[in-house]
Amino acid sequence: MQIIQPHYHGIARTAQDYERMAMSGVVAVAEPAFWAGFDRLYPETFLDYFRQISQFEPTRAAQYGIRHFCWVAVNPKEAENPDLSREVMRHMPELFQAPTVLGVGEIGFHLTTPNEEAIFEAQLEMALEHNQLVLIHTPHLHDKVRGTKRTLDVLRNMNVDPQRVWIDHVEEHTIREPLDAGYWVGFTLYPITKCSPKRAVDMLEMYGTDRIMVNSSADWGPSDPFTLQQSVMEYRRRGHSLQQAIEVFHNNPCRFLGQCPKFDIKPIRVETIDE
Amino acid sequence: MQTVEQVIDSEFLDVRCMLLEIGAMLDRYDRSCDQSPAEASDDHRMDLIYRAILLLSQRDTTADRSERLLNLFSEMP
Ligand SMILES: [Zn+2]
Repeated sequence: MQIIQPHYHGIARTAQDYERMAMSGVVAVAEPAFWAGFDRLYPETFLDYFRQISQFEPTRAAQYGIRHFCWVAVNPKEAENPDLSREVMRHMPELFQAPTVLGVGEIGFHLTTPNEEAIFEAQLEMALEHNQLVLIHTPHLHDKVRGTKRTLDVLRNMNVDPQRVWIDHVEEHTIREPLDAGYWVGFTLYPITKCSPKRAVDMLEMYGTDRIMVNSSADWGPSDPFTLQQSVMEYRRRGHSLQQAIEVFHNNPCRFLGQCPKFDIKPIRVETIDE
Repeated sequence: MQTVEQVIDSEFLDVRCMLLEIGAMLDRYDRSCDQSPAEASDDHRMDLIYRAILLLSQRDTTADRSERLLNLFSEMP
């Protein structure tokens, strides 16, 4: 089955992960700009990182026939350093011209501080000004409820089109409000700290499949790209058709990401042939 | 033996995750029952699960919970 992995941190993973993903049906990944596990000191470090995900990483993925797209942003954690963030942001509009950059992300809150909020708003304004898609990270564990509520407040106060905004890492306690407000949402599958494949499929059964994407993030921490395939398997095991699975795991990413014309992979339909 | 702090530090998130999976399974079971009330049954295994949860919810007790759980799950229907 053809699968799109809409949130994938390829720089943290091996070539073998690309190879296995390709063998298990992944045709494209999208890599948001994120925290490297340590706070960077120089704006130039970010610029090289953006060059890595927009120029070099697509060549790694291409060796396995996987299309690679990316997002640029100052992530929520490093947004705590406003001077550095604003210096990095000054260079982001040039990146928007790059052939595989889809928008601004991941932005939002980590600990929901005033500094984070100021940089979140500034990056949202930049996205609006440059007509970019937006990918929003919501905080981890006990910070998630507060951060998600504040995220929705910030978005409400700005003139964003909810259809062009993806609020990621939602779980059972944070899915309703973003969906009701018309945003896209993402389930991020982590072995321990976020959503599990079974719970993701539960939410698909409860909320339907409109405006929902599933991803496994897969970064340098405890994570596993193949939790996405586990979800596909769980979804099919519960009796959902191949086409329904394609809608969730391939076509929905096409629908959201395809709002940026650079993402040119189209939704697909399986048909039987009478011979 | 690990210290008190080490046990909670190393295992809190794992246990949180396992509890969420249990909650999600119970929800899934209830939704299935709501969807097909005719199929809803007094399955012995569901009874065992709820009794196990009750056992685990006792805080002031002896440190032999795993053994008591296994004995509980040894009960024949
Ligand atoms: Zn991420």
